[in-house]
Order: sequence, then C-alpha cells, then structure tokens
Amino acid sequence: MELVCPAGNLPALKKAVDEGANAVYFGFQNSTNARQFIGLNFTDKRAKEGIDYAQSRGCKVFCAINTYPQPAGWKTWTEAVDQAAALGVDALILADMGLLDYAAQEHTDVSRHLSVQGSATSHAALRFYQQQFGIKRAVLPRVLSISQVEDLARKSPVELEVFAFGSLCIMAEGRCYLSSYLTDESPNTRGACSPAKAVRWQETDQGLEARLNGVLIDRFQQGENAGYPTLCKGRFEVEGATYHAIEEPVSLSTLDLLPKLDAMGISAVKIEGRQRSPAYVAQVTRIWRQALDAIDSPIKTEQQLHAWAAELSQLSEGSLTTLGAYHRKWK
Amino acid sequence: MLKLSLGPLLYYWPAESTQAFYQQVEDWPIDLVYLGETVCARRRDLKLDDWVAIGQRLQTAGKEVVFSTQTLIESEGDLKQLAKLIQRAGELGWLVEANDQSALQLLIEAEQPFVTGPSLNIYNLRSLKKLTDLGLQRWCYPLELSRETLVDFQRSLIQTDSNSSSEHNRQLETEVFAFGHLPLAWSSRCFSARFHDLPKDRCGFVCQQYPDGLMMRSQEAQDVFVLNGIQTLSGGRCNLLDQLPLMQQEGVSIVRLSPQAQDMKSVVMAFDEARKNLQAGLSNTITQIPLHAAQECNGYWFGRPGMDQINIDLE
Repeated sequence: MELVCPAGNLPALKKAVDEGANAVYFGFQNSTNARQFIGLNFTDKRAKEGIDYAQSRGCKVFCAINTYPQPAGWKTWTEAVDQAAALGVDALILADMGLLDYAAQEHTDVSRHLSVQGSATSHAALRFYQQQFGIKRAVLPRVLSISQVEDLARKSPVELEVFAFGSLCIMAEGRCYLSSYLTDESPNTRGACSPAKAVRWQETDQGLEARLNGVLIDRFQQGENAGYPTLCKGRFEVEGATYHAIEEPVSLSTLDLLPKLDAMGISAVKIEGRQRSPAYVAQVTRIWRQALDAIDSPIKTEQQLHAWAAELSQLSEGSLTTLGAYHRKWK
Repeated sequence: MLKLSLGPLLYYWPAESTQAFYQQVEDWPIDLVYLGETVCARRRDLKLDDWVAIGQRLQTAGKEVVFSTQTLIESEGDLKQLAKLIQRAGELGWLVEANDQSALQLLIEAEQPFVTGPSLNIYNLRSLKKLTDLGLQRWCYPLELSRETLVDFQRSLIQTDSNSSSEHNRQLETEVFAFGHLPLAWSSRCFSARFHDLPKDRCGFVCQQYPDGLMMRSQEAQDVFVLNGIQTLSGGRCNLLDQLPLMQQEGVSIVRLSPQAQDMKSVVMAFDEARKNLQAGLSNTITQIPLHAAQECNGYWFGRPGMDQINIDLE
C-alpha cells in the first residue's frame, strides 16, 4: 500500500518525502483546492521545486484541484489543471465532473484520481467516473464501514485510496453544505470548512465562547480543551439536552485496520492535514511508514502498536482518535 | 407559466400520514411530484409498490410523477433497491431523479433519461453539458449557489440552444428549490438515534417521532440545523416566493417546494397565486405565506451565507 501524505507547503513536502511517503499531495494558492488556508499551498515556482525534490527521490506528486468551479471562475480552474499538467505531476485529484471531463480531454496522459469530494460511495458510482472520465483511482469518503469498503474493493473498477489519519469528516464529503450555510464558504465553493476568517473567540462570564460568523458553536469552561470550532463538532441544544449533537472533537485513526485494508487490496492510505505544520507531517509520516513496513513483519509486537497509537493520539484533535464509520458501533 | 413541483418527502412520517398527505396533493395545483425515500434505507414503512400506487393516483390526478433516489448509497443492499426503483420507473415510463453518481450510472446503463436533484453537484456548464449528453432532461439548481450564478447558467444555456441542433439541449429544464428547510448534509451516522442514545442499526425508528425533524439550536437558542436521521437540514426555512419574477425572467421552468408537516397547502396556494399573477402580468403581490413562525432564510440566493435573511427592499 502507498502512503500518501499532505504537503501544505514546501517544508512539509520535504519532510514527508524524507520520512518515507510514497506520494505527496498539494494544491495551488487559490480556491481550486479543498484546503484553502491563509499562508498555505504552492506558487508555480514552489510547486516546481517540490515536484523536483519528491520525484528525484522516488516519491510521486499529486495535485489536488478538488473544488467545484462555477461559470464565472471556470478559467481559473482549467488553468490550474493546465498548470499542474505542465509541472509534470503524477496525478490530478479532481472532484467536479466538468473539470474531470476537461482533464480527460485535454491532458489524456496525466492520471486522474477522483477526490473524496467526488463523493463516490458505491461501485456503480466508481464505474460512472471510470467510464466517463477514465479515472485511475478514487479516494473513498469517510462514511463507509470497513465491511462496505471491503465490498467496494472486491468490485471496484479502479484503485482505491482510503483515509487513514487526520480530521474526521462525518458527512459524505462533496455533499456537505453546512459550512456555506453558516459562513459564505464551503469545501465545494471555496475549499474551506468553518473558515478561520469567520471564527471569533471571546472570554465571557459563562466561559470561553467560540463563534463562527456569530453563531455560538461551543462554550468552554476553565480546564476544558478548547478545540477549533468546526461547526459539526460543537455542543448544541436539542430538546433541552446540550451535547455534541453531531460529533465530538476527535480525529480518525485506522492504525488498527492497516493489515485488513492491505489484505483487501486497498492501493493507498491517505494522511489528512495540509493545514498542519511540517513537524506534524514529519512525525505522522514516520509512524505510518513504520506501521506500513511492519504489516508483513512477524516481529511486530502489540507493544509497538500501542506505542505508535499513543504517539499519534498526542498529535490528534482533543488527543482522541476514533475508527469513525469504519467501525459499525460509531454510527 | 412556471411549474410547481413538490420535492421528495424528507422526513419519516407514518405510512398513513404519508398516504393521507399525497391524497391531499391530488387536489393541489402542483404539476410534478417527486416520490420515494431519499434519506435512509431503513425507512421502509412504504414499499416500492406503495409508492407506485401513490404515484399512479397522482398521475390520474394529472401530475407528472418522478421517482427520487436515496442520496447516500452505502451498501450492496442500497444498490439493489436503487436498481429495482429504476427498473420500475422505466416500466411505468416515469422519470427518475438521480441524487448521486450511483443512480446516474444505473440510469445510463438502463438507457433511461433522467433528472438530477440538488445534491448532485452541477456547478458549471461543462458538467451540465456532459450530463445532458448522457440523458439529463432537467436539473435542480444546487442549493448553495446564487441567483447571479443561475443567471450565468441560464444565459449560456439560451446561447447554446440557439447555436445547437441538439434535441437534448432544447429540452433541458431548470428547477429551483424555493421553499422549505434545505437538505445540507448526509452522514453514515444517524443523529436522531444519537439523540436517543441508540445504535443506528437498532434505532427504533425514533425519527418518526419528529414529523419536521429535530431542531438543533446553539447554546443561545438560535436555530442552527434540523436533524433528520442521517440528514442535516438548515435551521432556517428557505422561502424564495418573492423571487419568482426573476426566475421566470431567466427561463427557470420549475419551482420546487419541499414538503413539511404543517401548512403545506397554504404554501402551495401562495406559490400558485404568485405564479398566476406573474403570468397575468400583475406585479407579484403575494410575498407572504400565513405560516407558523419559523426563522426564514434566503442567503444562498443572494450570494451570502445560507442562513442570512435578506430583505430585498434594502438590496
């Protein structure tokens, strides 16, 4: 299985390559990719440097252009596709049908991967993208259980990549419009969920308040771990009960599932986190490299697994990890 | 004249309530009705045959009937149900509204023409053209896009029409979601079951206790989202009644109203009167529907956060 790691900037890309990523993925500095954060992503020059660095060390480079262009912005997106192709990336990660069509016609020789934002959850959907746009690989949404992934792997006409570690999206990606309902940006339109520009922190008598475009997402008492106010991970009130009505602030980790995913024939595992620091990327890549290398190794011990899990947990949101939807009970 | 459609029923009502509801619809001034369970595979009070029977009565009453597909397809079982629904629609000569790419694929394989729902992301003309070539006859405009973008679409479509001899293009109809809580997200987790602390596979169908979903409020009592099984809807109720003139002017064919438990007839009547006035060249005098209080929203339409309510007099 390939280890696919996030490259939010050049230092992170280099760290991921150095620590043993088989592929890194990046985006340009505009709305064309689903991790649009201030100070993040690549200019053409930086991308060229990063691609040279990775490819000369045997690491592939994927370019994520996985938001949905609208008529007025169409050219910006096709230019991003042209630019990535000219840079010599190993694959384009795309979600929009129009853009997939464009890439398939204009850059036949550049591999196309279906982004998780393309929201393909069945082999029929995968077949659609494969037959219409010739995709080589698809990244699966984080809403499927392990047995559903297994069913898919058996019948999929394309390579499959699954999320292994990082933020947990609990809605079917690409079809979640919650963020643009509260702010004016969503993953589809602007490559942002619960954008930082809309976040306000405020110390009040009732606790530390986290707001998103004025909407109170959560209120933290002293001593509580105040996490980023991702809109689906706050505490809300339903019929008098106040709780994490949608999801707790936890991260996804599938470390325990690695041998299973490998046995199913999954082609790649993906680490989320282009918004994270180079140090984080280095540490996570190192652990997952070891874990992947150890899959077939008889000397791997339970103790080793615990050590990796503990280290990853330190790096996670709220220091908690979950198997998410991979595990039936989570639902 | 603008056509009125009734979107798929998003909530889980008891079978008798659902039957009674659609019996009323037979007499309402609605042109198209979307039928079927689009949210959760576990909601099976009504079987496919029951939906067919409802549809046939509506058809007799003069409505066009469309089957809507489950939005989030997760299992082999879901796919089988989907295939059955598509086959049945084909036999009946009814269109199918595809709500994901699984449905698209099965419809293309079956060589059946289709329409798409608002959660099938068509954000640009190239996507729209691609699907039109594959058999798309009508599309429901994405919820999070603005009227400005709609105008871009519609004007380009008219241009394509006049330049093209393609039979498909000329027939393509645009539908806009104009009333109801907006369906905004789908998860593998059931939030109604979570509220009751029940596992999803032994949920006890608790969502049936909430005919308009469960309101999820901020800790300051602001309506944020509505929880409806695995689906999350907008806390505010979208209402674009006063936007019909622009829709008509830009060549929108159909206006979609999403069913709710209370006052649905008043909603339909208000939209009907507004479209008739528009057709008669009267100014759109109806701008309000006498409804039980709810926070309203129209932000998406104006290119703003979806939850915003823009007063057009001030625009």
